[in-house]
Amino acid sequence: MSKIFRNQLFIPIAALLLLAVFNLIADPSFFKITLGYNSAGDPVLSGYLMTILDYGSELAILAIGMTLVTAASGGQDISVGAAIAISGSVVLRVLCGRDHHAETMQAPIIVAFLISCVVAMIFGAFNGALVAFFKIQPMVATLILFTAGRSIAAWINNNELPIVNEISFSYFGGFIPGIPVPTPFFIALACVIVIFLALKFTNLGLYTQSVGINESSSRLNGLNPEFIKFLAFIILGLCVAVAALIKVSRLSTINYSVIAKDIEMDAILAVALGGNALSGGKFNMGASILGAYVIQFLTTTLYKFNVPADALPAYKAVVVILLVVFSAPTVREFFSGLWKKMTKKGVEANAKA
Amino acid sequence: MKENAILEMKAIDKVFPGVLALQGVDFTLCEGEIHALMGENGAGKSTLIKVLTGVYAKDNGQIYLKGYDKPVIIRSPQDAQKMGISTVYQEITLCPNLSVAENMYIGRGKGSGVNWKKMNEDATKILQSLDIPAKADQQLSSCSIAVQQMVAIARAVDMDCKVLILDEPTSSLDEQEVEKLFKLMRDLKARGVGIIFVTHFLDQVYEVCDKITVLRDGKLVGEYEIKDLPRVQLVSKMLGKELDDLSDISGESKKYEAQPGLAPVFEAKQLVSDAGIKPFDFYIQKGEVNGFTGLLGSGRSECVRAIFGADRVLGGNVQKDGKAVKITKPIDAMRNGIGYLPEDRKVDGIVGDLSVRENIILALQVLKGFFRPFSKAEANKFADEYIKLLDIKTASADTPIKSLSGGNQQKVILARWLLTHPDYLILDEPTRGIDVGTKVDIQKLVLKLASEGMSITFISSETDEMLRTCSRMIVMRDRAVVGELTGEELTQSKIMNTIAGGEAKK
Repeated sequence: MSKIFRNQLFIPIAALLLLAVFNLIADPSFFKITLGYNSAGDPVLSGYLMTILDYGSELAILAIGMTLVTAASGGQDISVGAAIAISGSVVLRVLCGRDHHAETMQAPIIVAFLISCVVAMIFGAFNGALVAFFKIQPMVATLILFTAGRSIAAWINNNELPIVNEISFSYFGGFIPGIPVPTPFFIALACVIVIFLALKFTNLGLYTQSVGINESSSRLNGLNPEFIKFLAFIILGLCVAVAALIKVSRLSTINYSVIAKDIEMDAILAVALGGNALSGGKFNMGASILGAYVIQFLTTTLYKFNVPADALPAYKAVVVILLVVFSAPTVREFFSGLWKKMTKKGVEANAKA
Repeated sequence: MKENAILEMKAIDKVFPGVLALQGVDFTLCEGEIHALMGENGAGKSTLIKVLTGVYAKDNGQIYLKGYDKPVIIRSPQDAQKMGISTVYQEITLCPNLSVAENMYIGRGKGSGVNWKKMNEDATKILQSLDIPAKADQQLSSCSIAVQQMVAIARAVDMDCKVLILDEPTSSLDEQEVEKLFKLMRDLKARGVGIIFVTHFLDQVYEVCDKITVLRDGKLVGEYEIKDLPRVQLVSKMLGKELDDLSDISGESKKYEAQPGLAPVFEAKQLVSDAGIKPFDFYIQKGEVNGFTGLLGSGRSECVRAIFGADRVLGGNVQKDGKAVKITKPIDAMRNGIGYLPEDRKVDGIVGDLSVRENIILALQVLKGFFRPFSKAEANKFADEYIKLLDIKTASADTPIKSLSGGNQQKVILARWLLTHPDYLILDEPTRGIDVGTKVDIQKLVLKLASEGMSITFISSETDEMLRTCSRMIVMRDRAVVGELTGEELTQSKIMNTIAGGEAKK
């Protein structure tokens, strides 16, 4: 049993159960899922759980990249939200061309997406280069893009708000006709499968962990620590592009200052909630992804109880505090020790009886 | 408590998950005594000391201190310090980015505020009285490891301790520095301080200690007066069997005959790196064991780092099996069949949080390539094979390497390189800070590998260890190669003379 306390999945699962139980007691209707029809007449599932599945998926995609960056560099990328704005802006720019309210799309969605991927990876490479080659602290390095990103996003479209009228574009952040489960879930599923295949069939996991734990000995074992860190930021860039596609597809347009605001904090929180050390090294990808959905579970719960959006961070801060306290090794040792004592006493009591 | 004893530990038990680290160990330290604590790695020396200093809580047993009528409970290192128990650990535990004086006074503030001037003056006084070549306001990281160690000792000394624990203090000091330390230890002894001295150097034990307590496998073997326990017996008590291995190994297979017409396995001409060594020539033949020797800081490690591409190579020509190759980074060297066990195991060797298995396969995995990971079964096979071959003591292949003892960590790193089946293996201080048994194992292994055709460069600060293994020694002084000794020239005195600058100067 004391092993369970030390397992990395313990924290996210415990948090998930806690939230589920809380909602069950407070208002069981939280778990209700209804099948309805949207304006186009297609079947869609709705309910709080669907919202979690929908919005948690964006976060899960980002958590994948953030986990790798954290593991390899021992720091976090805080420019994710701004990078989503840039990447989303690029998608709209390519789709709409010069005319901001074009009736038809000027390019196929796949082309727009691929271009935005390249752009996001270039910005990832920029962050990566600062961290890997210039040895700047990740948070400081990404502060640059965090500050400038949304302006760059606005500049890409001349600060206008292009709107895509094509209905198929809204599928990515909504529903594909005939499928009642939100599309972001499938996109996240695809990303998760890809990353797990990558972790299984390449040495991505071993190399990033090795570099994150001991850069010097990694180098003497023939690794190129700079390149591994650089690579982690580029992979995060790719995750950003995917999340950005979902984000702009939801609205079919963009709001430069609001889109994906503070999402980097949720992504970092997901990594931490997954029990991964924010100082880098060993990681558990599954735990991070689970952590992302747990964060969304929390956000949705708070929304349900009419906590205003501006007050959300305060509640999340409480979660962060609990998280930090419970993931501290001393606290964990204490609990597993407590458990041992309790079971020991129980056994002794039984023996006496 | 015994008369004039200042510390008594009685029937100490300490259990870690799956391991009985200490079982009913007794230990007594008297006033004005230098007491050696001996044992192989994993014997429980470090654990006993950590129990004494409050790092670990003991599971059973009592600790009595002079001046306290009841058994004391030591909850933390701060507690221990307050009770007059100070420790200087094997790994330096000071803050490299603070000044020497700050390091000496950190965490000892008595009131509010710091009088910087007074602190620096006090520190300077102590440093001078102990003859430590460091300035009070110097940043600690700019001092050599040896000096950092001495600052740690100065800190402990200044805390007016009654029990001073020195855990492997001499492993990175050169002879003169060791002498200074011994002088200091004798001074303290005369003032009535009890010193617990943990070391792997037998010579030093016999030079400075009064008593020896031997531990083995977490149990007490016995406490002995130094004069009653000759060296051979000490070793046999530590190992738990009568053994004459140390003499066995010498005198055999020392002579090396190069096969004619064969190009050297590795040859470097005018090789130079950015680590501040002068360009040097070097070669090694198939199946040869050679070594770099010289004082601490003479450039031994820098030479082999240049060979392996660990430092930035600035110039020189390198040939592998007679063919010109370019080695600018470690992976180049690895692809050319060169392995390198680094000097600083903790910083350059182990990947602490990864498992023993991952640490073993790491180098071979990198050689194999990013897109071709070993299957779980393959990795397990390699790990199990080498754990068995080198007798690595670990709970399982999944155990994080950082929880192994130093000697076993070293064996894992050795396994890592053996697994790559190199033609040429560089071992930089493979025996530093590890126990006698493992040392002998490693020396034997070196000779065995060489007899199977592997070329090995072996570096050790213990000259007799090199004399036992090397058939040729390259002598270094002030970051330059100053001589090469072979055959009959390989004697302690000849080496010392060459290191010191030969007869010409004297």
